[in-house]
Amino acid sequence: MIVDRSLKGARLADTAPVFAALGDTTRLHIVARLSDGGGLSTARLTEGTKVSRQAITKHLHALEGAGLVRSGRVGRERIWRLRATRLAEARHYLDQISIQWDAALSRLRTLVEKEKP
Amino acid sequence: MSTDRIEKEVLLHATLERVWEAISDSNQFGAWFGVAFDGPFVEGARLTGRIVPTTVDEEVARLQKPHAGKAFEFLVDRIEQMQRISFRWHPFAVDASVDYSKEPTTLIVFELREVPSGVLLAISESGFDQIPLARRAQAFAANDGGWTMQTKLIAKYLTMQP
Repeated sequence: MIVDRSLKGARLADTAPVFAALGDTTRLHIVARLSDGGGLSTARLTEGTKVSRQAITKHLHALEGAGLVRSGRVGRERIWRLRATRLAEARHYLDQISIQWDAALSRLRTLVEKEKP
Repeated sequence: MSTDRIEKEVLLHATLERVWEAISDSNQFGAWFGVAFDGPFVEGARLTGRIVPTTVDEEVARLQKPHAGKAFEFLVDRIEQMQRISFRWHPFAVDASVDYSKEPTTLIVFELREVPSGVLLAISESGFDQIPLARRAQAFAANDGGWTMQTKLIAKYLTMQP
């Protein structure tokens, strides 16, 4: 049996693939706000946080650079949206590699456990 | 579950020597890994591996088929006799038109521990968070365009935080 040690003691927040990669509570907050799929302006995203608009903008650009959000100009505002596809892809990527390792380790076990001639 | 690493553990009913041989001898490693290496595992060695689809598992062979024969770089990191061996490579580095040498590698570590019933082999592969998202996205055939249930739950959890 092949045990996936990375599943042990997982926290809910740890299960989000790219959320963990972000490693910053402000970015997590931004992603959470955008998570219902709707678009929000920079101003709206700054509301209710203790962070300056400038800092929020920096975080948004970092998220955009990572392919997690995209933006568009609507009038004088910039509206931000989550790129859901990228998140699902990041998760699936790791799953694919995990499956390949399971298969390779099964073959290793077959190799070492059979009797030597 | 971490996004940066994969960790596996398997109990092998074999001697320490047998397991060490299977992971430290490049020919034997290649036989179960599904790769032909062009040289032995020596610390610091830069080897070329070529994918050889396995005949053992049909499902895996199907996944490997598009990549059969493709060459990739495999770096031997450290060797601690009978205990630990580690490598570096670029996962899914099978696009011939791409120069992967500038991209970050992942680190694969094999650790052996003798236990009463055999050998406990622990494998970790880490460094995925540094792989560009675009590179990760190329790795799949099926492209799920929507949210998974998991990410919906996470988003909900985060919005509940004070």
